[in-house]
Amino acid sequence: MPKDSGIGASSKRREDVRFLTGAGNYTDDINIHGQAYVHFLRSDVAHGRITSLDTAAAAAMPGVVRIFTGADFEGVGGLPCGWQITDRHGAPMQEPAHPVLAQGKVRHVGDPIAAVIAETAEQARDAAEAIGVDIEELPAVVDMKAALAEGSVKVHDDLSSNLCYDWGFVEENREAVDKAIADAAHVTTLELVNNRLVANPMEPRVAVGDYSRATDESTLYTTSQNPHVIRLLMGAFVLGIPEHKLRVVAPDVGGGFGTKIFHYAEEAFCTFAARALNRPVKWTASRSEAFISDAHGRDHVTKIELALDADNNFTAVRTETYANMGAYLSTFAPSVPTWLHGTLMAGNYRTPLIYVNVKAVFTNTVPVDAYRGAGRPEATYQLERVIDKAARELGVDPIALRRQNFISEFPYATPVAVEYDTGDYVATMDKLEEIADLSGFAARRAESEARGMLRGLGVNCYIEACGIAPSNLVGQLGARAGLYDAATVRVNATGSISVMVGAHSHGQGHETSFPQVVAEMLGIDESMIDIVHGDSSKIPFGMGTYGSRSIAVCGSAMVRATEKIVNKAKKIAAHLLEAAEADIELKDGQFSVAGTDKSVAWGDVTLAAYVPHNYPLEDIEPGLEETAFYDPANFTYPSGAYCCEVEVDPETGKVTIERFSAADDFGNIINPMIVSGQVHGGIAQGVGQALLEQAVYDADGQLLSASYMDYAMPRADDVPFYTVDHSCATPCTHNPLGVKGCGEAGAIGSPPSVVNAVIDALHSGGMTHVSHIDMPVSPSRVWSAMQG
Amino acid sequence: MYDFEFEKPGSIAEAVAALSGEDAQALGGGQTLIPTLKQRLNAPGKLVSLTGIAEMRGVCVGDGGEVIIGGATPHAVVAAGAGAYPALAALAGQIGDPAVRNRGTIGGSLANNDPAACYPAAALGSGAVIVTNAREIAADDYFQGMFTTALEEGEIITEVRFPVPQAAHYEKFVQPASRFALTGVFVARFADGVRVAVTGASEEGVFRWTDAEAALSETFAPEAIDGLNVAAEGMIGDLHGTPDYRAHLVKVITKRAVKAAQ
Ligand SMILES: Cc1cc2nc3c(=O)[nH]c(=O)nc-3n(C[C@H](O)[C@H](O)[C@H](O)COP(=O)(O)OP(=O)(O)OC[C@H]3O[C@@H](n4cnc5c(N)ncnc54)[C@H](O)[C@@H]3O)c2cc1C
Repeated sequence: MPKDSGIGASSKRREDVRFLTGAGNYTDDINIHGQAYVHFLRSDVAHGRITSLDTAAAAAMPGVVRIFTGADFEGVGGLPCGWQITDRHGAPMQEPAHPVLAQGKVRHVGDPIAAVIAETAEQARDAAEAIGVDIEELPAVVDMKAALAEGSVKVHDDLSSNLCYDWGFVEENREAVDKAIADAAHVTTLELVNNRLVANPMEPRVAVGDYSRATDESTLYTTSQNPHVIRLLMGAFVLGIPEHKLRVVAPDVGGGFGTKIFHYAEEAFCTFAARALNRPVKWTASRSEAFISDAHGRDHVTKIELALDADNNFTAVRTETYANMGAYLSTFAPSVPTWLHGTLMAGNYRTPLIYVNVKAVFTNTVPVDAYRGAGRPEATYQLERVIDKAARELGVDPIALRRQNFISEFPYATPVAVEYDTGDYVATMDKLEEIADLSGFAARRAESEARGMLRGLGVNCYIEACGIAPSNLVGQLGARAGLYDAATVRVNATGSISVMVGAHSHGQGHETSFPQVVAEMLGIDESMIDIVHGDSSKIPFGMGTYGSRSIAVCGSAMVRATEKIVNKAKKIAAHLLEAAEADIELKDGQFSVAGTDKSVAWGDVTLAAYVPHNYPLEDIEPGLEETAFYDPANFTYPSGAYCCEVEVDPETGKVTIERFSAADDFGNIINPMIVSGQVHGGIAQGVGQALLEQAVYDADGQLLSASYMDYAMPRADDVPFYTVDHSCATPCTHNPLGVKGCGEAGAIGSPPSVVNAVIDALHSGGMTHVSHIDMPVSPSRVWSAMQG
Repeated sequence: MYDFEFEKPGSIAEAVAALSGEDAQALGGGQTLIPTLKQRLNAPGKLVSLTGIAEMRGVCVGDGGEVIIGGATPHAVVAAGAGAYPALAALAGQIGDPAVRNRGTIGGSLANNDPAACYPAAALGSGAVIVTNAREIAADDYFQGMFTTALEEGEIITEVRFPVPQAAHYEKFVQPASRFALTGVFVARFADGVRVAVTGASEEGVFRWTDAEAALSETFAPEAIDGLNVAAEGMIGDLHGTPDYRAHLVKVITKRAVKAAQ
């Protein structure tokens, strides 16, 4: 029987009551008495030199409080990059300055040039239009390969070229990989593009800066996935505000998908300006602004080669990828195509030799950084596409080829530096074949064909590294931060509990699932427990939510802190029960003495902790509050197998997803309903990437898909009903909950199966010349491919 | 949005008067105009709302059996109320989403003449008459290229008269982002011949595919146009489709429209 509370129960998402009844408190809902409004004047050209900037007329416009330009930020730090990559030759990446407001040059459409602060948002915008700005336009650098050609115009004049780094991984394997490919019985080569995406969370970014002259404290309210990271980066590197004088609050956040991890110029600006003006300052992005100022995702151009021996065993993988960084290095940008991508190139397979080369390139486009999956979707896509292509070339079943090469013994050390602790790829594939009803496919195909439609089936596996991350390891890899997390469990006198967590919930349902864990450990009702998140003045220093890390890392910290609570509470109970501590058992919220009927309730113990009249004050302190920091010993490795069935209209090229099945191994599961929801959302985004979404720049660096008129987000009728299963669980071996994380899996695991299915459909229709179509697999592209 | 004055007259005469001033612009449902104002791409001095004019709202059937739609009638009302012309009602029901259909008007759509809009195909494909405060304009004379029409400054569409064909169908192949027509074809079969109007495809906006009309007037069946092709030249090429693709779609979608209309 399914449980109705605690770990494993599908408790209803308590936060949804607030969200669905309009009672959420988002950053834009925060209005502070006396606040002024900012409007950013942004570059409308991709690349140019600012030859003059005249704010006099604008400053005289009604309601204008003050206009800031790059000159006001000369003494202020730039936006820091949180990860340093060392290139193939041992040299550090090229790291350009990233000013808060443009200094002399603009480098992408949307680059902020000036900021007008006025009494109303409309007045600020009116005045921004009156600013006289002359820009001497320079040729835009848009195409990555052209950007690296000799003599290309440079995005940053002070760098030696547009190359951020040329990364080789594992560099020592390079020659052996080359040799294995030269000696292989068969090599399959695939060139592909991993399309640039705009995350488009429902809530655009917002920042409200506030300053108290009385306490010399600055507060930033912001749409962030990780308030402490913002406090650290902005306080220490940009504005020089000591952390005890800086509070960062990320209240309800309407979706992040990675794009709200990063520290943005507008956050630093609002904090800075509030202090400079001694007045609250608010900025709310429009959707149009979001398209040209939120970090974009993906944008890789890759060539992958898969070598096989005569028995179809994988012998080597070699890849060459161009990764777009955009005009500046966003906070975690350099890590995405490297450590979050290269380390995943073994996938679920026993490939002994792997070499990954990544050239990260500056272009006159919006910065690119992590987007749901971050590097792992790019790895999965190329690997699972090339395997499918190899199966076709060799005339073998694509599932059989995968099965034959599965890793089957754990722990397994890959040739790309990571060690998978657990997994069972055969089990998830077996489960997939069952839930996707593969045996019924032939009949479904016949039925489609009878209607004049082509039907295709695509399968892929995926592996991801989540629960980011062991701090000492990532430190060696260039991270400039630790990646632990923290939780404080505060038991109140009457037994209710507030858990202050470093993770941030912006759709993930932490307010429901985290209390389930504590409730399970203490045997009390979930409703007695709330989590507190998103306010640096209330929570311990945690690193926030991304990389499917919240339950695996922060949840583990919460378990550790709760264990400390249990230990102390047992001491108190032992005192109250006049028994030995070792004999105290906690069950269903009752402390009892083993083998007796003597017991004391949870609430009596908590009350004693705060009203310590009858209390072992000589042995323990009063109160019941514990904090734990948790630094994981390894990544977690969720994995799974996905299957997509499409119909392709041979006349129009339109692809319709008919069935989608996902068999995932997330280890232990706290709330199955929430996990299913995460997979559903992830698949919707993966389908969006595969069929619909693309951010496209023209040769002048203008974003052509800069609104929903041209940027196609997936809608309800673009996705099918999903069949998801997460029963094939191999618990993580190194965290206390045995959990692996599920937030990104859907987005990582779904694009290849969609494209594989489309290729399969075309082959079934006799179009065997089509070996690849780049995403998004739009009707027009499918039709063009069909024409040969 | 820049400041503007706002008037909401109750009659066509008042609206015409209000629009005669400098810088005045008609406001229908605002589904096209308001977004351009919000983006500050347009700065009319005065907006004259047409949606309060009772004589410009509603659907009725005229003495000659034609379906008459008031210029300020929202798409949703046409979808629900133009039962006498089912293909037209169905077209209106496929425009945008419920919010758009409850606000957007036929007059606004035809005045705007977006090259990917649906109503222009219905008007041209039906041989409708666009009635303004000043005159009656045959659809064949009304559409003059992308976003360009025969309307004079300040002229308002008060109603649109659709002759009802024996059979008709609008087939819409949607652009995946906007869900306007990537290519839409309105086919109407009248006693004296077939009309085929294509939207979404051409750089010239909505157009009649006369070769197909001739062939279909002979035989009203999808196969009738098997031997015809539309030239890619002059077709729209953008993120969502090349000119070749659109030219191909015109034929495919026309055949589907005919099949559905049969
Ligand atoms: C999300 C979305 C989806 C959409 N999808 C579709 C779609 O699938 N297919 C489609 O065809 N359209 C679509 N539209 C457009 C929609 O149909 C609009 O309603 C229409 O284009 C404009 O009509 P309106 O009444 O809103 O006009 P407004 O926006 O008010 O005005 C548009 C223009 O027409 C002028 N005007 C308005 N009324 C009159 C009149 N009676 N006489 C003379 N001039 C007038 C105005 O001055 C202005 O220049 C969509 C719009 C949106 C926002």
